[in-house]
Amino acid sequence: MSAVARLATLPWPGRIGLAIVAFWLAMAAFGGFLAPHDVGAIVSQDVFGAFSARHPLGTDYLGRDMLSRILHGSRFTIGLALAAALAASTCGTAIALVAATAGGWVDEAVSRVMDAFISIPSKMLALVMVAAFGSSPALLILTAALSYTPGAFRIARALAVNVRTLDFVQAARARGEGLPYIAAVEILPNMVNPMLADFGLRFVFVVLLLSGMSFLGLGVQPPDADLGSLVRENISGLFEGAPAVIVPAAAIATLTVGVNMLIDSVSGRARAVEA
Amino acid sequence: MPEPARGLPGALGRFRGSLPALVVQRVAVGLVTLVVVSAIIFAITSLLPGDAAQAILGQAATPEAVAALRAQYGLDQPGPLRYLHWLAGLATGDLGRSYTAGVPVADLIAGRLPKSLMLAATTAAVSVPIALTIGIVSAMMRGGPVDRALNLITLCMVAVPEFLVATIAVLVFAVKLGWLSALSNAMDIATPTQFVRAYAMPVFTLCFVIIAQMARMTRAAVIDQLSASYVEMALLKGARPARVALRHALPNAIGPIANAVALSVSYLLGGVVIVEAIFSYPGVATLMVDAVTNRDMPIVQGCAMIFCAGYLLLVLAADLIAIAANPRLRHR
Amino acid sequence: MDPLVRVEGLRITARKPTGEAAVLVDDVGFEIPKGEVLALIGESGSGKTTVALSLLGYARPGCRIESGRIVVDGIDVLSLDDEGRYGLRGRKVAYIAQSAAAAFNPMKPLMDQVIEAALIHGTATRAAAEAKAVALFADLALPDPGGIGRRYPHQVSGGQLQRLMAAMALITDPGLVVLDEPTTALDVTTQIEVLRAFRAVVRDRGATAVYVSHDLAVVAQMADRIVVLNGGRARESGTVDQVINHPRDEYTRRLVAAAAPQPRGEPRGAVETPLLEVRALVAGYGRLDRDGLPAARVLEDIDLTIARGAAVGVIGESGCGKTTLARVIAGLVPAARGDVRFDGQPLPTDLRHRSREQFRRIQIVFQNADTVLNPAHSIERILARPLAFYRGLRGEAARARIAQLLDLVKLPASVASRRPSELSGGQKQRVNLARALAADPDLILCDEVTSALDTVVGAAILDLLADLRRELGVSYLFISHDISTVRAVCDEVVVLYAGRKVDAGDRAAMGHPPFHPYADLLIASVPALRIGWLDALPRRLAASLPPVGEALDEGLCPFLPRCAVRRAGRCDTTPAPKQVLPGGREILCHVSLDELARIQSGGAA
Repeated sequence: MSAVARLATLPWPGRIGLAIVAFWLAMAAFGGFLAPHDVGAIVSQDVFGAFSARHPLGTDYLGRDMLSRILHGSRFTIGLALAAALAASTCGTAIALVAATAGGWVDEAVSRVMDAFISIPSKMLALVMVAAFGSSPALLILTAALSYTPGAFRIARALAVNVRTLDFVQAARARGEGLPYIAAVEILPNMVNPMLADFGLRFVFVVLLLSGMSFLGLGVQPPDADLGSLVRENISGLFEGAPAVIVPAAAIATLTVGVNMLIDSVSGRARAVEA
Repeated sequence: MPEPARGLPGALGRFRGSLPALVVQRVAVGLVTLVVVSAIIFAITSLLPGDAAQAILGQAATPEAVAALRAQYGLDQPGPLRYLHWLAGLATGDLGRSYTAGVPVADLIAGRLPKSLMLAATTAAVSVPIALTIGIVSAMMRGGPVDRALNLITLCMVAVPEFLVATIAVLVFAVKLGWLSALSNAMDIATPTQFVRAYAMPVFTLCFVIIAQMARMTRAAVIDQLSASYVEMALLKGARPARVALRHALPNAIGPIANAVALSVSYLLGGVVIVEAIFSYPGVATLMVDAVTNRDMPIVQGCAMIFCAGYLLLVLAADLIAIAANPRLRHR
Repeated sequence: MDPLVRVEGLRITARKPTGEAAVLVDDVGFEIPKGEVLALIGESGSGKTTVALSLLGYARPGCRIESGRIVVDGIDVLSLDDEGRYGLRGRKVAYIAQSAAAAFNPMKPLMDQVIEAALIHGTATRAAAEAKAVALFADLALPDPGGIGRRYPHQVSGGQLQRLMAAMALITDPGLVVLDEPTTALDVTTQIEVLRAFRAVVRDRGATAVYVSHDLAVVAQMADRIVVLNGGRARESGTVDQVINHPRDEYTRRLVAAAAPQPRGEPRGAVETPLLEVRALVAGYGRLDRDGLPAARVLEDIDLTIARGAAVGVIGESGCGKTTLARVIAGLVPAARGDVRFDGQPLPTDLRHRSREQFRRIQIVFQNADTVLNPAHSIERILARPLAFYRGLRGEAARARIAQLLDLVKLPASVASRRPSELSGGQKQRVNLARALAADPDLILCDEVTSALDTVVGAAILDLLADLRRELGVSYLFISHDISTVRAVCDEVVVLYAGRKVDAGDRAAMGHPPFHPYADLLIASVPALRIGWLDALPRRLAASLPPVGEALDEGLCPFLPRCAVRRAGRCDTTPAPKQVLPGGREILCHVSLDELARIQSGGAA
């Protein structure tokens, strides 16, 4: 069944997830052009303004338009997370393929190093990295990629080792094929689908990690703001129940929940946690 | 949201030694991993482009003053030597001195650690029973409406950032209902009511995500066993579904469930960073976040090592439980 | 008197992932009088297990019993509610599964599992049930009946687990016992022990049973009546004699014909140029010790010669090293000692030192057709690779050759555009062969190529192999656990036991004594399609042997603990000598060949 045909037969949570993911990807790509106001412009006297026709998502602690800020913020959140997740999944898969096809001490050594990295909780690694180098978008991408590569490696290696033991790989070895051919042509095509699902999960992890860091004031730095920073800068509005706090937090949640629902439906079983 | 599964190296069945040898091997692997982790953390924190001494004294400081401070903190020594020094300190409980506060890091952490442990213990005590129940029940009803509903709910719960849960909790319980204080001052707790007031919201926030995560992993572990041949055999002996799930599938799922609990509880280690910050809870995580802001490296290093050690300890415990529960490793 | 079991118009369907329903069983009916054994026979997908499970009111997840009527001992099974079904299963109807290794819970001691049904149904107290279990263990000829219950499943052998499962089924004295391929996962020499034990307990208790199997010869020993299932429908039913000796249905006739493979092709003369020579080969897995020997040695001192155009069969039970031998020759497992020469030239046993030409001339065909073709590639791509890799064929030339190859293995050209998952098991095995042929090899290593296939499909593959040898002059190393398959296609037979070559000779010589005692056991253990075969087995194969005291020294005969003709003072002190007969027959045994021949021709041990 082709990917398109499979999307057509998704159960309803999967379709909702797909719609949410498509919506957010579109927002990240084109949201900047749709923003009614300049992202930094103070456009209202009313701070922590409620939902209104002029400001559909209210105003923030300085009286800036929340809709515009969220459209810009989502670009940061999604862009950084996509870059980091892509890097983590690609590196993880590539290293895993090398380790699994080479086998022996190469596999052993690589796996040991990855195991040590995997023992540092991602938030700890991020805090240590920011403490050492200060926060910048490049560092955040590097940190998140570094943090999730070992996880992607572990999944990919398990898949590759599984495929490696299958007879068609043995047949290729007995035919005299080289390791690069075996890795790229025999093993890789049989890992693509699960690794795509894993990529989705990595993306969600990275979104949550980076938003968390921004929420602590250690992520994206002003004047730039991602969705996590928006929650942080408006946290004083919490006691008035201002939309400026809840809306960006809810935006993150819809994004991550949407991706999760899509993956859960596509991979057809509850593997959101087994990663 | 769950972290990717992290565990100690080595599959269970691969090692074929005696039981004590197996336990010793696992503990040794844990220790070696901890040393490697310490090297990674030290390497990152000492690759500083800036200089801690300069940072402490500010740009206006004289070169002599900076040099003196560097000597005082041992920053003028070569990296590997400083690492060994630091490692020896770690082993004896000496984590160095804070740059900003000037007091031993060990003392700072010692003052905070019990509070963080209290928070984690309370959360674990609340979440583990609930999560295991949800996981096992939904595994037993797999495919049914209850399971599908629980699946969707937990699927959404695992993807929600803690600060959303926390802000909504504050909004509802502190602002609208006025039941609880938004700040969680765990300083003076004398009565159960004070305990609940102080811990209710942080614990609720932490539980929210890890219950969902643990329940999903438990469900997957039990379902994995429910598709095994011996389960069909038990059904064909006339065993009722509850007996099959509890007496047959569950014992086999103990290893994976212990692992799920360890991973979820270790997730608390990350979760507390956000939760302590939101509720101004005076734990180790707040200490660390402040230190990151101030670039107070000894504190950052010490706190990071505490968290990593906690993680490794949990995974090791789960591993040992799985070994103890497996008759193939107990009886040869 | 009413029959104990009556099944009428049974129809069972399954829901496919795409949503549509597939009919697994359609309009099946039969009766079983009390005290009789009915066999359900058929190949994979015939619905035999599905029918058997329905007797317990059970359908596997995704399956549904749509209509029909099942009456067991006066109970209308299909109208039972949940409670009724729990009361039926394990009490009135008991089940013995194919793979005992999977059907026992690895976490619980055996005794708890054996008596579980008695406790669930309250037919006995724990003490009484345990006492009864111990008695059953003794009846089933299990070792240490009093203590075996305290063990865990991983601590006993497969054959013992299968017998323990029989005890588990019989613990509640059920009216009906369903045996689902209970010996299929066992080695043939273990199978007769288990069959004997099953038959004894079934007969002694006058139990009524349903025996599910794909193997007509086994069924002929166990059953009174046979129902032949194919594609979910009953093709024929009757007494065992009727079905195996006078089959009426066309499908049954094919099944009977395939059950007793006939030799294919004429055996070849002895003087030929050797194509492959293996000398004093030692190989295994795991870390190498100081002498360069692997930790787990699988092959010891193996000699083997394959002449150009010849087919040599290697036979032995699981774990005997036969697959490792093929892998060493293919270069997948390095040899620790000894050498391999191919067409007069030394053949490096490490893949990396082989030339592409050497790879081309030796091709390996693996057992499991389901995993041997890359699911991500089309058949055309799978066949095109060796053409491009070895001979640089591309484009139109390659396509033409692929069409030829498909024709050679008797597949339609339209298969080329399909993926492996769209083919049947037999078709996949043909593609697998075609891929080997694409290299124009001199030698094909066939590793259990028919074991995963149904009998009729496997027989067609054997025919194909024989045709290809005649047409292309290719040589085979044919590995199998099934002596009748090997005898059907090979000129010479080599018997491996625990990594040693214990017996070897040409096809004719392997047809009569003397044999190595293990080869004797192996050959005599293959069920014959003949009623009463099991009862007529020679006594020397039935005797239970006292255990050998200490662990064996390295180098002694590995078959010693199971050998009925072992000689104390010789077999347990010195390594067995190789005795050679004229004509190249070799037997590794202390007992003289005359004496072996005398014993195996029917004399007393």
